[in-house]
Amino acid sequence: MAAIEARGLRKRFGATVALEGLDLRVEEGRILGIIGPNGAGKTTALNAILGLTPYEGDLRVLGRDPWTERDQLMRDVCFIADVAVLPRWIKVSQALDYVAGVHPRFDRSKAEALLARTNIKRNSKVRELSKGMVTQLHLALVMAIDAKLLVLDEPTLGLDLLYRKQFYETLLNDYFDRSRTIVVTTHQIEEIQDVLTDLVFIDRGRIVFGCSMEDVESRYVEVMVRPEHVAAARSLGPIHERQVFGRSVLLFDGADRERLAPLGDLRTPGIADLFVAVIGKERVQEAAR
Amino acid sequence: MSTPSNVAAFPVDPQPVAPPLSEPRPLYWLVRRELWENRSIYLAPLVLTAVFMFGFTIGTVTRPQRLASASGTAVMPWSVLPAMLIAAAFMVGAFYCLDALQSERRDRSILFWKSLPVSDRDTVLSKASIPLLVLPAIVFTITVIVQILMLLLSSAVVLATGSSAAALWAKLPLFRMTIGLVYSLIAVALWHAPVYAWLLLVSGWARRVVVLWAVLPLLAVAAFERMAFGTKYVIAFLGYRITGWWQSGFTFPNKDRISIDPLTHLTPGRYLSTPGLWLGLVCAAVFLAAAVRLRRRQEAF
Repeated sequence: MAAIEARGLRKRFGATVALEGLDLRVEEGRILGIIGPNGAGKTTALNAILGLTPYEGDLRVLGRDPWTERDQLMRDVCFIADVAVLPRWIKVSQALDYVAGVHPRFDRSKAEALLARTNIKRNSKVRELSKGMVTQLHLALVMAIDAKLLVLDEPTLGLDLLYRKQFYETLLNDYFDRSRTIVVTTHQIEEIQDVLTDLVFIDRGRIVFGCSMEDVESRYVEVMVRPEHVAAARSLGPIHERQVFGRSVLLFDGADRERLAPLGDLRTPGIADLFVAVIGKERVQEAAR
Repeated sequence: MSTPSNVAAFPVDPQPVAPPLSEPRPLYWLVRRELWENRSIYLAPLVLTAVFMFGFTIGTVTRPQRLASASGTAVMPWSVLPAMLIAAAFMVGAFYCLDALQSERRDRSILFWKSLPVSDRDTVLSKASIPLLVLPAIVFTITVIVQILMLLLSSAVVLATGSSAAALWAKLPLFRMTIGLVYSLIAVALWHAPVYAWLLLVSGWARRVVVLWAVLPLLAVAAFERMAFGTKYVIAFLGYRITGWWQSGFTFPNKDRISIDPLTHLTPGRYLSTPGLWLGLVCAAVFLAAAVRLRRRQEAF
C-alpha cells in the first residue's frame, strides 16, 4: 500500500489556483523531498495530505481520506508544520503530559530520553526556550510517537546551522527505519540532499519532475567543460548551462558518460542545480505554448 | 554461553504484540489543557473570595453584634458569596469563550493541536465545558467550603462574646442553601449556554476584536429596530438572555421579607416550562456545531 496516493488533486483560493491536478504516489519506507518555488503549492499539498484543508480530487493517506478522518489519521501521522507552533504558554512537562494523555502511540520514556540529551528543563515554558530548543522539543515529542508517516514543512526554517544539521542527523539515526515514510519540504535543499530517497519538484500546483535519488545519479550528469570543448559539449544537447568561475558547467539528462568524460570533469549534479535546470526548462516550454 | 534459566525467567511472548499503550482520555486532557492556559478560570474566583473573606472577617470581628441581629442581615453574607461568585463566573466564562478559539489561531498553535489525534468536536466541546461545567463546579466547591469557614469563624466570635452560637446555626439552613446553590448553578448555566456558544462561535470565526464582532451586530440590530419601528424587542430579548434564568427560576412574592430558606424561592417547574430555556439550548447546539465545522476549516492566520 502506498503511504500517500493523490490523483488530480485540485485546490483554489478564490481566483488563485494553488493545486492544478497534482498526482503523487509515495511508497512506504521512502524519504521524499518536495522542492518548489514559493507559492508553488507545497504547503497546500501538505495541508491536504494532513486533513487541514478541503480539496477536489482523489487523495488517500495510509488508506484514509484525510479530510473526513483527520483525527483517526493523526494516530499514524505526525507533522511539524514549521518551527514555533508549540503554544508559548505551555510548560515542557505539560506538553509531555498532554501528548501522553491524548496520543495512544506516544512513548513518554523515549521523549524523556531525547530531552535528556538537550539543555531543556522540564519546568521551562516554551516562551523561555530559544528557537532551536523549541524545535528540539517538538522533534522529541514527534519522534516518541510511533507513526507511519512523518510530514515536515520547512522544519528547520530560522534555525542556525548547528541545529539544522543536528535536526536531520537525529531524524535519520534515531527515528527513520524502513517501515516509516517521511515527506519533507524545504528551501535548504543542500541539507537534505543526502537524506532523501526520492525527489519531486512542484511548480504552479503540479508535479513537474519526480524520480528516485538513484535515478538522479544514473540519469543526470554535470560536466565542467574545458574551454576548448564547449562547442562539442553543447552539441550533445545539455538541458542547462551555467557559468562557474568563468567555466561552463553543462547539465545532461541521460547522456553517454563515455562521450562526456573527455570533455571535462564529471559529477552528479546537486539538487539545487537540477531544480534550476528543470524548472527553468519547464517555464520556457510553457511560455512557448 | 547458553542460559536456559534466563529464557525461563523471561519467557518470550508467543504472540508479540505492540507495547501496552495507555488508553487515551482526550476530553480529560483537553480540559486540563484549558486550565493550564487560562488560569483565571480558577484564580479569579479564588482572589475574589479571598477579598470577600478578608472583609467578612474584619466585619465579624469588629461588629459581632451584627450576628445577633434578628432580621436576615445576620446571614446575608452567606447568600452574597454565591451571588458574587455566579456573577464573576459569568464574566470569566464570557471572556474565556471570546478568546478560546481565536488564540490558538493567533499564535498558530492550532497546527500543533491538529497534529494530534483529537477531533475538532472534542476540542470545541472541551472549551464549551469550561463555562458550562468547570466554572459552576468551581463556584460550588468554593461556596460550600467558604460558607462552612464563615460559620466556624462566626461561631467562634459569638462564643467569645459570651453568647450561644445556637441561634446563628438555627437561622442558617446551610444544607438547604446548598441545594438552592446547585439549582441556581444549573439554571444559570443552561440559560447562558447559548451566550457562551455564540461567543465561542465568533471566537472561532473572527480574526481580530472578537468582542466587537460578538456584541456590536446585536446592538446595531437593536438600534435599527428602535429607530425604524420605535420598538425595543431586540434589546429586551438580549436582556432576557442574560437575566431570564432569574425571572423564570425564582420567585420573590414578598419583596420586603426575603425568607432565608432558599428553597421557598425556587420555581423549577416554571423554569423548565419556559420556552426561552429550550430555544436557547437549541441555539447553543447549533452554534457549537457551527463552531466545530469552522474549526475544521480554519487555518492559522
